[in-house]
Amino acid sequence: MIELNDVHKSFGKVEVLKGITASVQKGEVVCIIGPSGSGKSTILRCINGLESYDRGEISVEGLKVDRDAPSIVNIRTRVSMVFQRFNLFPHRTALENVIEGPLYVKKEPRAQALERGRALLAQVGLAEKADAHPPQLSGGQQQRVAIARALAMQPKAILFDEPTSALDPELVGDVLGVMRKLADDGMTMVVVTHEMGFARDVADRVLFIDGGVIVEQGPAKALLNQPQHPRTQDFLRRVLHPL
Amino acid sequence: MKGFWRDAVEFFPILLNGVALTIIVTVGSLLLSTVLGLVWAMMRVSGIKVLSMLSASLINVIRGIPIIVLLFYLYFVMPDLGVTLSALQAAILGLGIAYSAYQAENFRAGIEAIDKGQIEAAQSIGMGWWLTMRRVVLPQAVRIVLPPYGNVMIMMLKDSSQASTITVAELALQGKLIASSTFKNTSVFTLVALMYLTMSIPLILLVRHFEKRAGKR
Repeated sequence: MIELNDVHKSFGKVEVLKGITASVQKGEVVCIIGPSGSGKSTILRCINGLESYDRGEISVEGLKVDRDAPSIVNIRTRVSMVFQRFNLFPHRTALENVIEGPLYVKKEPRAQALERGRALLAQVGLAEKADAHPPQLSGGQQQRVAIARALAMQPKAILFDEPTSALDPELVGDVLGVMRKLADDGMTMVVVTHEMGFARDVADRVLFIDGGVIVEQGPAKALLNQPQHPRTQDFLRRVLHPL
Repeated sequence: MKGFWRDAVEFFPILLNGVALTIIVTVGSLLLSTVLGLVWAMMRVSGIKVLSMLSASLINVIRGIPIIVLLFYLYFVMPDLGVTLSALQAAILGLGIAYSAYQAENFRAGIEAIDKGQIEAAQSIGMGWWLTMRRVVLPQAVRIVLPPYGNVMIMMLKDSSQASTITVAELALQGKLIASSTFKNTSVFTLVALMYLTMSIPLILLVRHFEKRAGKR
């Protein structure tokens, strides 16, 4: 469903992606792990055209991703994104955040958008927060609203860019819980994360990225329990046993 | 002091005619400068090189010409080019253009102060440039822009007196005319100053209100 073929990307003189080839099947949950600065987030941002890429090709359901072409809107309405810093619209309520896309991009009738928006907020456990503005919500609640906003577009896949990294530790569970339920319901998900427990339990596959290349990939449990490559072993040792 | 009150009662009605023109010039050029300023600011942040360069040079040209020269140009030079404007039209147009440069820079600063994540979030739900501006960026930028906008309103009110140089009989010119025919300079110009001040006070309070509201976030 999502295909990356030999994708290269440089920021100025620094090459951050050095030939990424990967694919994500429908209904699959793929976690991308790796040290910071390895290019994980850049991969996500290239998939929905928030960044351009220099060489290679990315496609979603056969449609080429080109951030300068009008077709990018079709990609973005199919592939939603959840950000590390939530990026909710602070001047709108939780419910208004959720229905913004359906109402103004997809031009759904208001009544229908509202009904679905309420249902989505209920789905992420925030039915009673519909009229709250983002600054009145905790980080975990904001991120769940952001997930509802992503779901409101009825996407074929959702990209998660370190969705729990900006959260207080005790709020991480709520967000991961919502994500796990999505995965169980068959949503296609690409998740950049440092939550190894989530990757092990929920992901179908894990990609380990370092220095702009995929160093190792495989079924989640196998890769996380018995990493083959020395760099993967080293990274996991540092993450799982920081002391 | 007694003399001042007597003069005030006598001149006040005449000066009120000036006040009416001052308000017309101020409101007219405020509206024009707001619209033009928005256009320049949008061009500037459009991401299209030609437009943003055009807007940047326009702003610099406008900023580099004194308001009074701009007014002279519109009122005295344009007729030579076949465009005749009334003094009032020239005043509103000139002040509107002159202030559009400051408005544009103010609006641009407000737009650029919006977190890039907001724009990315808008793009990620499929919003195009204009929808992102209208639904996400501008509503948030307004809060940032309002306090300086209020200051511009006060400056415009006072600078509307420059319209007197091209014969618009607004408050300042009205005062000068009375003063030069009655020689009661003290009474007349004190009265004129007080009338400008009276018009400024609501605006000053408005700015304070904007600032308080912007500070809440």
